[in-house]
Amino acid sequence: MEKENTEGSQRRKFLKFGLLAGGATLAGLGIQKTLHADTIPESGKKVKLMTADGKLVEVDSNHMKHHIAESTISDIQSREGIEGKKFVMVIDLARCANARKCIEGCQKMHHKRPPVEWIKVKKMQDANDTAPYWMAQPCFHCDNPPCTKVCPVDATFKRKDGVVLIDNNRCIGCRFCMAACPYNARVFNWGKNWGTSDAAVVSCPTPGNNDSNDSTRTNYNNDSIETSLQDKMGTVSKCDFCVSMARQSKLPDCVTSCPNGTLLYGDANEDTVTNGDETFRLSELIRDRAGYRYLEELGTEPRVYYLPAVQRNFPFEDDKVAHNTTE
Amino acid sequence: MLQNAHAGSEYHPVLTEDEQRQYRLEIREAILRPLRHTGLMGKLWIGLLVVVLLVGCYAYSIQLRNGLKVTAMRDYASWGLYISNFVFFVAISLVGALISSVLRLTNFDWYRPITRIAEIIAVAAILFAGIIIIVDMGRPDRVLNLFIHGRIQSPIIWDVIVVSTYLVTSVLFLYTPLLPGIALCRDKLTEKPKWQRWMYRVLALGWNGNRQQWKIMKRSIAIICILIIPLAISIHTVTAWLFATTLRPGWDSTNFGPYFVAGAFQAGTACVIIAMFVFRKAYNLQKYLTDVHFNYMGKLLVFLCLIYAYFNLNEYLVPAYKMRGAEGKLLNDLFTGHYAPLYWSVQIFGMALPAVLLLWKRARKPVPLATIALLVVVAAWFKRYLIVTPIMLHPYTPIQNVPANWAIYFPTWIEIAIVSGSLAGVLLLITLFSKFFPIISIWETLENEGIELEKLDNPKS
Repeated sequence: MEKENTEGSQRRKFLKFGLLAGGATLAGLGIQKTLHADTIPESGKKVKLMTADGKLVEVDSNHMKHHIAESTISDIQSREGIEGKKFVMVIDLARCANARKCIEGCQKMHHKRPPVEWIKVKKMQDANDTAPYWMAQPCFHCDNPPCTKVCPVDATFKRKDGVVLIDNNRCIGCRFCMAACPYNARVFNWGKNWGTSDAAVVSCPTPGNNDSNDSTRTNYNNDSIETSLQDKMGTVSKCDFCVSMARQSKLPDCVTSCPNGTLLYGDANEDTVTNGDETFRLSELIRDRAGYRYLEELGTEPRVYYLPAVQRNFPFEDDKVAHNTTE
Repeated sequence: MLQNAHAGSEYHPVLTEDEQRQYRLEIREAILRPLRHTGLMGKLWIGLLVVVLLVGCYAYSIQLRNGLKVTAMRDYASWGLYISNFVFFVAISLVGALISSVLRLTNFDWYRPITRIAEIIAVAAILFAGIIIIVDMGRPDRVLNLFIHGRIQSPIIWDVIVVSTYLVTSVLFLYTPLLPGIALCRDKLTEKPKWQRWMYRVLALGWNGNRQQWKIMKRSIAIICILIIPLAISIHTVTAWLFATTLRPGWDSTNFGPYFVAGAFQAGTACVIIAMFVFRKAYNLQKYLTDVHFNYMGKLLVFLCLIYAYFNLNEYLVPAYKMRGAEGKLLNDLFTGHYAPLYWSVQIFGMALPAVLLLWKRARKPVPLATIALLVVVAAWFKRYLIVTPIMLHPYTPIQNVPANWAIYFPTWIEIAIVSGSLAGVLLLITLFSKFFPIISIWETLENEGIELEKLDNPKS
């Protein structure tokens, strides 16, 4: 498993280089269509690639798929989830200082730009007389998800490992799931490249960044349901709990981007959560720190736990500037 | 037929066979007249509707190219004008079942000249409800996914099933009693162009008015009559469930199904009153759409307004008594806040005032009644807006750190143009129908007067 992962990431690095080298040519060739074919005829067009040991080779552009496809998770795998896992998140409100680095990390990881936020940080105040606090809010990946229940086409679904994902190649854009989610965790791709960062358009040639090739589903460059890179105009997106990272035993970017270790990610089956620096027993943390779930009374059974903002690491400081003000 | 105390006049003389034939001749001429000629006003009206519809199509083409970002909808107000307009169309389409079926099964007769108007409103509205919901979709090109990957657990699939079934049933309900009318057009409108005569010939299904045909037709109508009631109730109940199956404060209500059905009957009846008024004026049908009909429709509207008021009390007063959390905030915003002017206008002018005014007989005369009905319909449209938008903008989690236009919702010109186009489409369909087919069911009106065409045409057998 570990070995495969390293191989995979090396292969990706190598391919990134290859794609950069041949990028201009490839774009002109309509690569997505040619790669899609099952039997691959020679296109006659050669692409120069650098191999892992530094040799320059010429490859028929149609044969690119062989190198890339292996790192792709199929639709079926994406819908089943990772065997034996139950992903969970704990957010320690005592540590959150509204640095908003989780948002930036998430946007970078998923090639998003403002105003699209898959994780939000909100100023909360439970009552007039109680102390305000900052609350990071990703998708809660509920165990009784109101969103997947209402989907008419099974485009959003619950996996065995607890994660709720969206198949952007199937979503019809009715936005019923958005209406059903009581936490407003879901975002919609209102237009072409909606909230997609420019970096994504250049470096990540997924179909999502080029709507004209929408109908031809291409399985390359880790474009799968799990990577959520395939956002398309007119479909719904949201936090994917970074399962593509979890598959490589890596932490989500929101977790690693937080300077205060506010977010802890882990596996409920292992009863462990970590922010990269510290690791906790999930059950002990919830027991000793009075962990709770947001709006528990709705019965949605979120997989994200909050630790109340007591004995805070930081005093509450209100926002001095407005964030995320332009589309 | 004398037991029919509700019909045209207080006293029904028994007509001789010759008088009956004379009466039939008269009504045929009166009702075919608008099919023979279209006046300047009519042409202008149709032209206006076509222009509005085309502007709507143009606006939709812009939306198709650029995506839903051309609307004012964003992540919080993720449903807007299209959905509220959809609910409005589904609502008014229920009236076909009410007028033609409920009144028939409860042995009322006075409604019979109005049935066709109610049914064409039902067909046009439910058709455009289906169209407007596709306009709301982010990916209309994937509409077939509903059939390929459909999940029966989703209320949207229920809606697809009941709306399409209701559309088919409503078309049958319109078409079946229309057969003698189409046959009449086939026989009398010989001056019409060839394609139109061909259309009448095909659609009339060889109707010649023999006893067997009458028997089959009447039996079919009786069956559809019963079928359509559960269907009509389910289309609007399922539409209500699109909201009530969510956890949102303001939609999370067990009252929503009957509340929507009650509102639908009220709005639809008002639509029929307006249509009756317009057709009566435009096509000179004073003899067949009489003051008596308006009087009864006025009474029916009072009754339906009161039922709707009862459900409104349940929907707003009970939660308002508790003022619980997020729902309390929403209700405050409706009663005294941002939405208060619209909310109270809709409740007063669309429900309370009509119910009171129409208690007076003078208010149930055609002109005042049509005015009040127009008020009811406009209020009903805005009521659906109030059912969708304020709830979307009052979620559990606070709306923070978003662009200013995300926290409010006011439709763009594209949305307004598309919705206007769809309204024009409904009116155009109704108008064109009335230019090709008799807008009043001749045989049903005659039966109401004690004249049975079946016997008149088949005297011996």
